[in-house]
Order: sequence, then C-alpha cells, then structure tokens
Amino acid sequence: MRALFDTRRRPMLVWGGVALIGIALTGLPFALALVGTSWVRIADFAILYVLLALGLNIVVGFAGLLDLGYVAFYAVGAYAYALLASPHFGLHLPFWVILPIGALLAAFFGVVLGAPTLKLRGDYLAIVTLGFGEIVRIFLNNLSQPVNITNGPIGIARIDPFRLGAVDFSRGARLLGLELSSPMKYYWLLLAAVLAVIAINLRLQNSRIGRAWEAIREDEVAARAMGINTRNVKLLAFAMGASFGGLAGGMFAAIQMFISPESFVLTESVMVVSMVVLGGMGNVWGVILGALLLAIVPEVLRWCVEPVQQVLFGRTLVDPEVIRMLIFGFALVLVMLFRPAGLLPSAVRKRELAERRT
Amino acid sequence: MSGLLEACGLGKRFGGVQALAGVSFGIQRGEIYGLIGPNGAGKTTLFNTLTGIYAPDAGTFLFEGRDISRLPPDRIAAAGIARTFQNIRLFANLSALENVMVGRHVRTHAGLVGAILRDRRTLAEEAAIERRAGELLEYVGIRTYANAAAGTLAYGDQRRLEIARALATEPRLLALDEPAAGMNAAESAALGRLIRAIRDDGVTVLLIEHDVRLVMNVCDRVMVLDYGEKIAEGAPHEVQRDARVIEAYLGAPRAA
Repeated sequence: MRALFDTRRRPMLVWGGVALIGIALTGLPFALALVGTSWVRIADFAILYVLLALGLNIVVGFAGLLDLGYVAFYAVGAYAYALLASPHFGLHLPFWVILPIGALLAAFFGVVLGAPTLKLRGDYLAIVTLGFGEIVRIFLNNLSQPVNITNGPIGIARIDPFRLGAVDFSRGARLLGLELSSPMKYYWLLLAAVLAVIAINLRLQNSRIGRAWEAIREDEVAARAMGINTRNVKLLAFAMGASFGGLAGGMFAAIQMFISPESFVLTESVMVVSMVVLGGMGNVWGVILGALLLAIVPEVLRWCVEPVQQVLFGRTLVDPEVIRMLIFGFALVLVMLFRPAGLLPSAVRKRELAERRT
Repeated sequence: MSGLLEACGLGKRFGGVQALAGVSFGIQRGEIYGLIGPNGAGKTTLFNTLTGIYAPDAGTFLFEGRDISRLPPDRIAAAGIARTFQNIRLFANLSALENVMVGRHVRTHAGLVGAILRDRRTLAEEAAIERRAGELLEYVGIRTYANAAAGTLAYGDQRRLEIARALATEPRLLALDEPAAGMNAAESAALGRLIRAIRDDGVTVLLIEHDVRLVMNVCDRVMVLDYGEKIAEGAPHEVQRDARVIEAYLGAPRAA
C-alpha cells in the first residue's frame, strides 16, 4: 500500500494511477446515466453519506467519542441553507456564502454539544448525544410558533439550487454534444467537495492535532499527563466533525430543494455510525468504503429483489422493502462477526525514520 | 544544589482514609529522589497529587518557586513535570514512535490550519517532532521497535517507552511510578543505568519503587512513607537502618 503511494519511488505509476482513477470518477455519471438517471442521484447521495461519515469519523474514529446525534449537525447545515436561500424568508444568498455559514454554525453546535459532555465517555456520551440529536429535530418540528422560523413539520420547500453564474445545477445542459443532467452537475461538485474533505481528513490524522485526538481515544488520563489540554482538543474534534456535517447538510438541502424534520431522524445518525464502524473506525479509506456500501447496497437490493423473485418463483413472495432490510441487516451482522474491527481496520502507521544511526 | 520541588504539609483524604497526612519534603536539582513505603503507604497518592490527578486537601507543591498544587495535569506537564504510570498507560494502538511524538505535543504549536495547509513551518515542526522522537527511542534503547504498535511491545520495553514519552515533554522533573515492577534482576539493573543516565543529562528524577536494590543503588536520597506520614528521609544506607522503617516494613519487634 505504502509503496504504491510512494511518489518518490515510482512517480510514473502513481500519477498514472491517479489520472486513471480521476478519469474513472469523472466519467462515472455518464456510465450510470446509461442505466438510469436515478443511479446518478444514488451516486450523489452516496457521496453525501461519504461526507457525513468522514465528518463523524473525526469524532468517533479519531477522538473515540461515540456520537449518536450526528444527524443534528446535518440538520443545522440543511436548515441554514434552506432559510437563507428560499422564499420562506425571501432570502436568496449564493451557495458559496451559505455553505461556509452552515459549516460554521454546525461547528458552533458541535461545541455546544461537546462542552457539557466533556467528562462523559462511551455509553454515557452516546446517550447524551442521542438526546441532543432528538432535541434538535424536535426544535425543528416546533419552531413554527410563535414566530415561524422552521415552518414546523411541513418543512421548507422551493429551496434554491446551486447557481454559479449562468450555470444552474437544477437544470440539464448540453456541452460539446453531451447531455449533462442536474444530478450529474451535482455529482461533480460533490466529488470535488469529498476529495477536499478526504485530503483534510488524511492531513489531520497525520498531524499534531490528529495525534492528540488519537491519544485521547487511547487513554485520556495518559494524554492529559502528556500535556494535552483534553478539553480544547475534544471540542476541536466535535467542531471539526460537525462542520463537515453542516457542509453536507447544505448540499443536501440544495439537491433536494425541499427539507423537513423527517429527513433528520435518529435512523440517519445510526446509519452514519454504522458506516464508520462497518468500514473501520479511524481509517479514512475504510470509512469511505463503509459509506459507499451502506448507501449503495440497499439501492441495488431494492432494484434486484423483485426480478430475482419473479425468476425463481414466478411471482413476488415477499415485499421488496421488507426483504431488502432483512438482507441488509444480516450482512451487517455477518461483517461484525467476522471482521469486528471493520472491513478495512485502521493499521499502525509506519514511518521511515531518517538518518538511522547504527 | 538548589531546590527544584518543595512540598509543604500535604494532606489528602479519601472518605475515612487519610492517604497523606502533613507530608513535607524537598527535591534538589539534579538528584535522584526515592520514595518508598509499604503497600498502601500513600506513595501513588502523593504522585497523583503532584501530577494534578487529585488536588491536595491541604498543603502546597512549589515547583521552581511556583505554586502548582491545584493545576490540572496538562498544565503540570507544561510546567515541566512528566510522569510514567504504575499500570502502564501507553497509547496501545499507536506506534512506539507516535507515542513519543504525542509527548512532543506540549512543546510544539501546529494547529488545525497548519495541519490542513501543511505550510513550511508546520512541516519543519513535524519533521523535528519525528526526529526528536526517534532520538528518544534510541536513548531508551528501543528504536528497533519504532513502528510496532505500543501494545505489542514486551513488558520491559513498554516501560522504557513510557519513559521516552515522558522525556519528550522536556521535563525538569521526571516522576517514575514503579518503573521496575515486573522486571527481572538484569532488566532492573539496566533500568537503573538508564535512570542514572537521565539524571546525568540534567533531568531530576523522583522514583517510587518497590525494588529495594534498585532504590539503594540509584537514589541519592530516599523518603519513606507509612500510613500517609513521612517516617524517614536521608541517604539510602541511613534509611535502611532506621528503626521506624524496619518496623514499618517488618512489624514491631517482639519483646525478647
């Protein structure tokens, strides 16, 4: 793995590989569009989940703080976007202004959640964060009175899509004879965002702050004794993780053009935690794999469960929706039984020590 | 020699147990100061009060003239006191090298922005952290295992790694909590040589130890605790002959 990424030893191979993967990722929506435009949308949502999982990975995987209310930050980002770019308040700010606001606001909420839970760990922290997630959702549900802020359970509709100059992300376009649909445009934008977030994750992990997070995960008492201000470093993890959630939320609101508290239920938090755990806590590549699998496999099952039954039995015996979740749950149990540390567990990082004396 | 640490009238109570009762002592710059006593004498409590895990109920610690008695552990590490743990507390899933690199945290500055942008200063700092960590592993003699997960090292090597990690914080006072526990005679003798080398390089050492031979061999002065009280202090060979110390360890002599 390391040799593969060692740019000094085999620059041609590495950059060739990067170029190949880049072309494949860029061209992917065209291939998916051949199967159906809905698959491009599924790819968009898969990337959104990767964003969420990478954000949560900072809190859960790096710093070891089990957060079951992560969807709250997703909601904060989404509502920040919806309120600032919809007819609801009549505000229509451009997305590149709102997305940073949403991320910052989510980071602030991350600190708000983090501050009272600094002394909690493991199960206790999980319960408090779970409650926090629910509180945010219930607030969104009820903040329609006395002043209508969130429009309550009805949600906010007609949210502005991303617009950049003349390019409207909600409309299809033709470019050089290629048909570019709206999900495709969002796909490339999301791809760019996720690449940036991956780079940030990898750099953070391998830094002074990242090591401090991991030290806290491994042994908080020892980390403090080594001079790490655990309060600040934990709050930083909460804020950083939440800001990615807020960013993903803003993009979600723009793609859907409609949000309601329904989208931010506990199951979503559980889903993102499952992605992190299934893929391999703390390992960026594992988390990406986990997120992609859990986002795409249910869709594939939804698509193939019925035809398979038709071929085998000649009719539909079980409702696709039921058997889909059954297979999905079963697969999760199997993975946890046989690979308890995740599909790609995080390994000890190796470093080549310079100027080795003998 | 001048005073590095001055402890004055320390008291700490846990429920009905008086773990420390009016303990006072002073550690001089450049010495190896031993702390011994039977099990339950209050050694580890004293240690934990010094390093900020507990706040003392009474008394003060003056470190380099500054009152540190109620500072949190991270501030005490920043002030220049580093410690190891009786029950080893390494970052088990990080490599040995990274464990020591974590120790550099308190003397380095790179923040979030530096980590993400990797500007020249951050890269230079990171390289310096790694270089220093490598040197410290070499110093305690486990550089070969730099890339092994700390939790997989042999027991004695884990103890050495704890020392390297503590030294990475650039302490003026290194507090070792039973570093020879579970070591055989040869290992503990080697540890004694390491402790002396650390002192010779300018770090004052506070040593809690059960291994009497190690204490007698390396310590310049020894304090004996029993039931939270200081019952003797002095050069090792004097303390060894002290009647109260013998009584504390072996019980009161029976009337002949």
